Amino acid sequence: MIYKIWMSIVKEFLLLKRDLGGLIILFIMPLVLVITVTLIQDSTFKTVSDSKIPILLVDNDKGNVSKTVFDNLEKSNLFSVVTKIDNKTITEDIARENVYKGKFQLAIVIPKDLSSDLQAKVDQNVEKIVSSLGLTDSTTVSDKRVIKEKEVKLYFDPAVQMSFKNAVMSSIDKMISQIETKSIYTTFQNQLGGTSDFEQKSFISFKEIIPKINNKEVRPNSVQHNVPAWTLFAIFFIVIPLSINIVKEKSQGTFVRLRTNPVSNLVVIIGKTITYSIICMIQFYMMVAVAVFLFPSIGLPSLNIEGHLALMSIVALFSGFAAIGFGILLGTIASTQEQSAPFGATSVIILAAIGGIWVPVFAMPKIMQIIAKSSPMNWGLDAFYDVLLRNVSFLEIIPKISLLFLFFILTTSIALFYDKKKRAV
Amino acid sequence: MQSIIQIESLSKKYKDADQYSLNNVSLNINEGQIFGLLGPNGAGKTTLISMLCGLVKPTSGHFTIDGLSYAGQSSKIKKIIGVVPQEYALYPTLTARENLHYFGSMYGIKGSDLKDKVIETLDLLGLLKFADKQVHTFSGGMKRRVNLIAGILHKPKVLFLDEPTVGVDVQSKNAIIDYLKVLNESGTTIIYTSHHLAEAEDFCSNIAILDRGRIFIQGTPSTLINSTEDARNLEDVFISLTGKDLRDDI
Repeated sequence: MIYKIWMSIVKEFLLLKRDLGGLIILFIMPLVLVITVTLIQDSTFKTVSDSKIPILLVDNDKGNVSKTVFDNLEKSNLFSVVTKIDNKTITEDIARENVYKGKFQLAIVIPKDLSSDLQAKVDQNVEKIVSSLGLTDSTTVSDKRVIKEKEVKLYFDPAVQMSFKNAVMSSIDKMISQIETKSIYTTFQNQLGGTSDFEQKSFISFKEIIPKINNKEVRPNSVQHNVPAWTLFAIFFIVIPLSINIVKEKSQGTFVRLRTNPVSNLVVIIGKTITYSIICMIQFYMMVAVAVFLFPSIGLPSLNIEGHLALMSIVALFSGFAAIGFGILLGTIASTQEQSAPFGATSVIILAAIGGIWVPVFAMPKIMQIIAKSSPMNWGLDAFYDVLLRNVSFLEIIPKISLLFLFFILTTSIALFYDKKKRAV
Repeated sequence: MQSIIQIESLSKKYKDADQYSLNNVSLNINEGQIFGLLGPNGAGKTTLISMLCGLVKPTSGHFTIDGLSYAGQSSKIKKIIGVVPQEYALYPTLTARENLHYFGSMYGIKGSDLKDKVIETLDLLGLLKFADKQVHTFSGGMKRRVNLIAGILHKPKVLFLDEPTVGVDVQSKNAIIDYLKVLNESGTTIIYTSHHLAEAEDFCSNIAILDRGRIFIQGTPSTLINSTEDARNLEDVFISLTGKDLRDDI
């Protein structure tokens, strides 16, 4: 039996060696995928000058508030502020037209008299409070105007994603709040004679406590997140060449010949499983090598695998088993390559989507979070994150790799059972 | 001569089929025979051969090959039979040698024994100089010969051939038939289906003509010809038994 398995492995490798398209799918595409996606996702969060997003600022205020907004936006390093187009000052209409046509992603319109009205409103409020406390001689407010609330308008390109919108709105909201607070403090200080020493720095600050490994802080970067996710995605793409391989055996007649040989289908399946597991591991090590050695030379952080490679290899192997089981099942059930290839590709994308490869599971709706738990890609991804980011031991990943192995056993058993039933014509 | 295949009341009705593909067939094939199963399209030849090769389960009846039955002795039967299917059941991107090493190894032939057998048989069928060429580059006749070798490397006791010479040139056909005769002389019983009636008449020691799932007649080619009125050859016997109607079947 071992000799037959060995010869099956040799045969599978020979078939793969002569299938250029299959080799590209197996080895080149995953590398292109992991490099491209990591580059794109990394640059999204990068604060380098060449990746600044140009935004339009319509300044109808011409006061302190608009100047502060302008300065803060420029300082943020995320945006470059555009106030003129073709040397003409931008109006709200021009801004709206440019944004809605997709030429710019965002326009901020600062209303007229925002600075003066904000100051007047703050003055009124502070005067009221100070006089009610009996700290001044006057008991009346000097400016009795009714000051209406002001509105800073934001125009977004309709093609802009919701996450970007929310992030921008939140940072502008924070900026405006800071301006208001500062204005209140300054007015109080002036009302009280300018002698009081107001501390205007925020009292509450945030500090991220970063996990430590060997007393060294390990700060996760985009590569630590992306490489496991996309490596897993690539490993699962083995479903396509594997299912095509099985369908081809059926259509070429070699499968029928094997059925007349003194060899069980299990031997054939074991041969394929070992071959494609080796392929999965080669894919995995190639992607890790690229992430460790190539990424720094293209401006990406290097993947930190210090002390993790052995456990990561175990997770990759078991993820490979799950993918192989799925490929065997698909290849057994499909009658033609036209069925197996598109179904394989689509189902891998669906498994990736519900598994949290693109959108984190915690950010999904409740029902999708439950469904996500049924995706083998979710088990694999979670196990990779456990190893790489949460620094867990082998014992703690056993439940997840067991699920991956059970998935392999289940899908392979269904394939063997289906094949046996189909043979009983 | 001793009977090597004994078939008793074998029937097959496929799921959703209206009629039996094989209906109560009984047959004895003796050791050392070259037995031809002839019949028009849809006669039941492929169904019968598929059952004998273990690819299709009978609806009723039973059979033994060398005293063995598929129920519980499947792997023993598979070791003593060889199957040459009608389609080229080969890996097109593997070379002839790689294909034969793989299929030979599935019969448990190993090492130098396997290598020598592959070289010897490729040489006998005129393919040795193409041993390391990928099969997809071969002509139809060359593929047929590799297809044959893949079924006989383990020197089977019983060899099933489904249309082994269909679509090949005269030279390849002769090479195949000559080799099969040598194989038969060395003790292999051959069960063969074909539409080439002249070839069957010359090649087979015994013949059964099937139609509509039943065996109409059985015997040596000369007996069949002599027992049929106005028959000069096997084709006349065939036409007189199965008629001239077209047998298109899907």
